[in-house]
Amino acid sequence: MGKLVPITGNYAVAYAAKMARVQVVAAYPITPQTSIVEKLAEFIESGELDATMIRVESEHSALAATFGAALAGARAFTATSSHGLLYMHEWVHWTSRARVPVVMAIVTRTIGTPWNIWPDHSDFMDQRDTGWILGFGMDNQEVFDLTVQAFKISEDPRVYLPVMIGLEGFILGHTTMPVELPDQKELDDWLGPRRQGYVIDGREPLAIGNLAWPEDTEEMFMDIQKAMEEAKQVIKEVDESYGKLTGRKYGGLIQCIGCSNAKYVAIAMGAWAGDLIEAVQRLRDEGYPVGVVRIRFVRPFPIEDLWRIINGVKGVIVFDRAISFGAWGQIYTDLVAGLAQYTRNLPVISNIVAGIGGVNVTHTDFYKLVKNFVDIVEKGEQPPVFTWYHRR
Amino acid sequence: MAQTKPRPPLPYNMRDIVLPGDAACPGCPIPMAWKVLAAVFREKMILVIPACCSSVVVGAYPGNSIKASVVHVAFASAAAVASGIAEALKRRGINDVQVIAWAGDGGTADIGMASLSGAAERNHDIIYIMYDNEAYMNTGIQRSSSTPYGAWTTTTPIIGKTEHKKDVARIMIAHGVPYVATASVAYPHDFYAKLQRARRIKGFKFIHLHAPCPTGWRFDPKYTVHIAKLAVETGLWILYEYYDGKIHLSGPSRPYMDPAKRKPVEEYLKLQGRFKKITPEKIEEIKKYAEEYWDWIKRHM
Repeated sequence: MGKLVPITGNYAVAYAAKMARVQVVAAYPITPQTSIVEKLAEFIESGELDATMIRVESEHSALAATFGAALAGARAFTATSSHGLLYMHEWVHWTSRARVPVVMAIVTRTIGTPWNIWPDHSDFMDQRDTGWILGFGMDNQEVFDLTVQAFKISEDPRVYLPVMIGLEGFILGHTTMPVELPDQKELDDWLGPRRQGYVIDGREPLAIGNLAWPEDTEEMFMDIQKAMEEAKQVIKEVDESYGKLTGRKYGGLIQCIGCSNAKYVAIAMGAWAGDLIEAVQRLRDEGYPVGVVRIRFVRPFPIEDLWRIINGVKGVIVFDRAISFGAWGQIYTDLVAGLAQYTRNLPVISNIVAGIGGVNVTHTDFYKLVKNFVDIVEKGEQPPVFTWYHRR
Repeated sequence: MAQTKPRPPLPYNMRDIVLPGDAACPGCPIPMAWKVLAAVFREKMILVIPACCSSVVVGAYPGNSIKASVVHVAFASAAAVASGIAEALKRRGINDVQVIAWAGDGGTADIGMASLSGAAERNHDIIYIMYDNEAYMNTGIQRSSSTPYGAWTTTTPIIGKTEHKKDVARIMIAHGVPYVATASVAYPHDFYAKLQRARRIKGFKFIHLHAPCPTGWRFDPKYTVHIAKLAVETGLWILYEYYDGKIHLSGPSRPYMDPAKRKPVEEYLKLQGRFKKITPEKIEEIKKYAEEYWDWIKRHM
């Protein structure tokens, strides 16, 4: 059986990397990611974790060195936030294109200017087109579980893509919660040794990344799309087998709370989904037939699972903690685009963008917003497609 | 200063590792240098190559003109990727494979400077080779910080470069790494000996390799070696090693400690179209710079 420890979200990530027995960590400090790499450095220097730490001079080099180590056969890990993630963006693409399994934690933080260290999903959602699998936790336990699972998913031969795990800075990153750590031996058996599509270690001549002609390049893109499709199944299998190991099964790419008899669905991702669940429970107690869908993976986008829930409901309200300026929130955009393949008769779908730059959104806010949405639709009126929820 | 007797060939079958049929321009110094690398490391090397001419010279997927491992990487990060590979190999107990970051002057002196500095400071066990063709040749001869004073490039099209060349070897010496050397494609034996010394030293090794480019310097491709030799014989490019806290002047450069033995700088400049419009004042400035370079060498020997 596992061991219950009180740890922050950042430490949950560090413990997960340790228990996955990472061999190389390359990282550069940025608020609010720092305590992950500090903890890993402590694990390594104390001898608790047998790994090499490369204390690089920038995030660009952090992912470059992580890539190099992973390419040469090591289980490698890094973590960053916000501007650090943007600074390494070139390498985010390069790593997935090379099909090198790597795991990276993103302790989310908004993007400047102005300087602001508080969380939203701007940095994370900016990565949707990179070819990484993108998972996001709701609490510290899930952050631990997802990070461990990320290695299993990333190193599955059907996938061989890097995985990013998101958690909000401070809200999860610096908040202590009880986390159950599995038994190391059981986890070792479950995770297995490092697997990757190819290794460059000089034992045989091998080249990666040579200039490729347009058709070859396009085929490599097509392969990544195929791997993303396969990843949907792999994520569910990993959730299933991890559930058997630990007793914690989340439901795969999404988690549904009270969806079976819901006429309305509220969608959110990350820690604030917890507040949304609380609000919706109160609404259900008052007779509102509302369910919550929590997005656990943005890439691959779980449209099949979402359609199964949404098919037949009257209204959907999507809460985004990031915005694609000039369009809408990203989860809303992906959802609406994805639903077009199933029906021309969409339910009423509204998008609310909130919580930007760390603005606090509580369960009372969600209660008001969801109630208001349901009341408008029930009256037969059309709520606005997009609204900011902003107050001071 | 011609060598008095011919040197023995390098212990290497020229077509073993550096295969025929690459995509280099005629007279390109890159495959010439790779043959020396292959003579030292055979297949047991991993070349980490950022965006540069060499990314193209190896040929297009699925072909590869080098029978060794090649990792192409994003522009600024050769040293960082090489760091990661070297640490993973060490962790896996693989110690007969040399990790070599192979980057141009742009990827080293400009965009790659931060990652180079970081890897040097961390003293990873790699060899970093800056092959210096003195401009962004792959994108069409744009000025880099390693372009020499007075040279025409497509971004210094009328006046020529108004600043001197950045001395990267000196910057690496300031990092306190265990081995720094300069080399030239015209002196393969010297380059070979330096690689042999570098491979025996643990930690970060930096070699600054002078590599004349016929396309970018505007000279006849048959003169690559001739021009590289003239750079040394005029005293403009000085071959040395730095270890144990001092400069060790290399054999080919030793005669040119004495300014009287150096060939006139004009001989080097006049063969290159990039110096076609250079003025006598600018030539004087180049000579002055070379003199200061030699003074620095002599002070640190």
